[in-house]
Amino acid sequence: MTKASIALNRFGLGARGDQPIPADPVAWLNGQFAHYDPRPDAIASAPTSAAVSADLADYFRQQRALRAQQGGKPGVPPGPPAAVAPMPGSAPAGLQMGAQSVQPPGMAPSPPAAKPMPDDAMKQARQFAARTGRGDYAGAVGARVTQALITDTPFVERLVHFWANHFAVSADKLQVVGLAGTLEFEAIRPHVLGSFHDMLMAVEQHPAMLLYLDQAVSVGPNSPLGQRIAARAAGNGGRKVGLNENLAREILELHTLGVRTGYSQADVTEFARAMTGWTVAGIGQGPGARAAGTDGLPGDFVFAAPLHEPGDRMVMGKTYPAGGVEQASAVLADVAVSPATASHIATKLARHFAGDTPPPAMVARLQAAFVKSGGDLPSVYRALIASPEAWVEQPLKFKTPWEWTISSMRALNVKTADPQAMVGLLNQLGQPTWKPGQPIGYDDIAGSWAGPDAVLRRVEAAERFASRAAAVDARALGPKILPGAVTPATSTALANCESPAQALALLLVAPEFMRR
Amino acid sequence: MYSPILDRRAFLGAGALALALAPRMAFAKAETDKRFIFIIQRGAADGMGIVAPVGDPAFVGARGDLAADFASAPKLDGMFALHPTMTALQGLYGRKQALFAHAVASPYRDRSHFDGQNVLESGGVSAYQVKDGWLNRLLGVLPPTEAKAIAVSATVPLALRGKHDVSSYAPSNLPQASDDLMQRVAMLYQGDAQLHGLWSEAMSTRELTSDLAAGGGANAVATGALAARLLAPANGARIAMIETGGWDTHTQQRQRLGAQLKGLDGMIGALQAGLGPLWSDTMVLVATEFGRTVAVNGTGGTDHGTGSSAMLLGGAVRGGRVLADWPGLQAAALFEGRDLKPTLQLDAFIAGAVAGHFGVEPARAMAALFPLSKGTKAVDGLV
Repeated sequence: MTKASIALNRFGLGARGDQPIPADPVAWLNGQFAHYDPRPDAIASAPTSAAVSADLADYFRQQRALRAQQGGKPGVPPGPPAAVAPMPGSAPAGLQMGAQSVQPPGMAPSPPAAKPMPDDAMKQARQFAARTGRGDYAGAVGARVTQALITDTPFVERLVHFWANHFAVSADKLQVVGLAGTLEFEAIRPHVLGSFHDMLMAVEQHPAMLLYLDQAVSVGPNSPLGQRIAARAAGNGGRKVGLNENLAREILELHTLGVRTGYSQADVTEFARAMTGWTVAGIGQGPGARAAGTDGLPGDFVFAAPLHEPGDRMVMGKTYPAGGVEQASAVLADVAVSPATASHIATKLARHFAGDTPPPAMVARLQAAFVKSGGDLPSVYRALIASPEAWVEQPLKFKTPWEWTISSMRALNVKTADPQAMVGLLNQLGQPTWKPGQPIGYDDIAGSWAGPDAVLRRVEAAERFASRAAAVDARALGPKILPGAVTPATSTALANCESPAQALALLLVAPEFMRR
Repeated sequence: MYSPILDRRAFLGAGALALALAPRMAFAKAETDKRFIFIIQRGAADGMGIVAPVGDPAFVGARGDLAADFASAPKLDGMFALHPTMTALQGLYGRKQALFAHAVASPYRDRSHFDGQNVLESGGVSAYQVKDGWLNRLLGVLPPTEAKAIAVSATVPLALRGKHDVSSYAPSNLPQASDDLMQRVAMLYQGDAQLHGLWSEAMSTRELTSDLAAGGGANAVATGALAARLLAPANGARIAMIETGGWDTHTQQRQRLGAQLKGLDGMIGALQAGLGPLWSDTMVLVATEFGRTVAVNGTGGTDHGTGSSAMLLGGAVRGGRVLADWPGLQAAALFEGRDLKPTLQLDAFIAGAVAGHFGVEPARAMAALFPLSKGTKAVDGLV
């Protein structure tokens, strides 16, 4: 690959067929920092977490009203925010409903001939909420795709995608489906050229993360609410509530320090105690939801003092004095600049740009840039651009389905996309957006993406792309999108194709376009 | 190498595709008809919520609300009961075709899903130590005619990755590419070792599954049926791996685990139905990276733990029993004061199962699949 081809494809999102090839690839990359727009039109028109949360709050309100109307009939599950599809086949009860009409939330269940029993009405409401969430989800996927297609700063957009996968949520739970994209738009985009600390704080206080990793339902056992509930439970054998260490663990393991970097189970538990009280207004569930108070709008981050475990906390040998929201913030501030975090981030960035096995010298350089700048991300990116390991001529990465799809559409000068069609396509290619299924996000190595069936599907998709593309001569397009990098074998194969569309499809699955 | 000037007829005639595929499609009578399926439960499945130790005096106290599902569940023996939603498995157990192992764990003793899955799939004793997967290494100890494996997913999971070629398949809603384009792709990939290998695998699988795309596969039953169709043909795969997720039940475990288990039960029922008479030569292994806490957490769920349960199913299994050296649930018996203490090694269990099933010497299976578990003896008597 030439320098220009590397800048466009390995650092960027793939060349657009209708744009000039950068004359100075390094300057082209560094220059993008000044032009990046955190909230361009495509993103600004997508649903916000406030709007998605308001819909969810309406839904929960309606569920409560229906339950009250039912008089707490036993045997009815308390409207769980059930997984939309936790595994193939275990569809939530709401999906069994078939073709009955659906009641919008916020609307009283038709009063007179109240044919739909409350059970049915609750199912219908659940279906409606799931459908609204899916609509919001598709809208956000469409916004992300559009922005990736038309951006002038494709290197920074790639970094946005990198960080969204680093701080992965998965659009599996009903509460998270519609919110998943808003985490990227509201917590990642504004900070991608800022400090790691600020991005970390924005992510951990975002409703999608607080709900996805169960922080919003964690209650300090000795907090005022925890004590009250424990007393009641002791009296009548009722439900116990307590700590949920899910988010605290994944922050240390996945978001900051990295696994096996010296923290213990006790550190996880102590950090989880410090984080109690961090929750979301209006759309939480469980006994803590009321304690979240009525201060904020649905979806706002709130610190609910009644849930907070009192006392000093000891995390990795350091004491964090008793307090409120600032106790966990102080832990986050420390781990955000830890050398272990720097090493974790440096390794992942090096893997993303310099190959599945990150070169140790490059990792050390990026880590040093992170530590020296206190986690200033542009300083790290500049060290990345300056690393010769990222400019190796042979392709270093097998494209993920997302990368392949976006680069194909950019090559064909596509500028808009139908959101639902994009959701379907990315599902078929094996990488549904914001849905890795696990908080570790999608893998960034070829072994995860270079499967026989995965390649076959790209060929199928390429033929469909090509059949819809404007008449473009693949022989001329090749050198534009892969400047100096089209092999003689590919040139020959393109020249021998029986139609322009077939040649386009073949170009999109050529070995040099499957990798970057 | 190929001629730079080719027209369509020329390379149809040259039969590059047919040549590439010929060795794979050649049918040879296999030495046995054994089938093996590994269903991985990603996310740490709660063994005590699947096979509950209802006879342990501490069970109801420790499990609170989560014990309620087992109040009327049919007993497997004096100690254990199966989750009542798993009716197909209950039936298999009655016919002695289901064996459950309990208080079982891989050598991994921490609580990261991803490290735990890495150990479970690689067959190492700690994470990222071994680069390939034990299921791939299994192919090396089988006769070549039986050493054919497929991942029932678009990509290949770690357990199946390694030096032996494996295939992958999941139904696609994309329109099939035209044959002409497919042949040109085959030609173009000839000079690229990685893509050529992947493409050859994809083509040989496609031959077997041409009518499957319509089947959907959107749910567990369809996935089970699909796996059965990939395994049933005499020249099809002998080994398959199915990935399931959604087991990380930190909240509302009672509803969520119930739905998961219903799906798993349906998947296994579909496998059995789809394999028909081959079921008597089939072994299904179900296992997870680690278990969950004994105590219920504050949110109706359980957190990452240690010991869990595993299953062996199929006509070839000596079932109708629960294999467990039960450690007990009283506080003093727990691992690190919170988890079910493992008393059975998952690697020894898997090696013993596979050795018995394929007629491989147990020590050889142990050495090939779990080379770092030195001094551990494969569990015998499973088949």
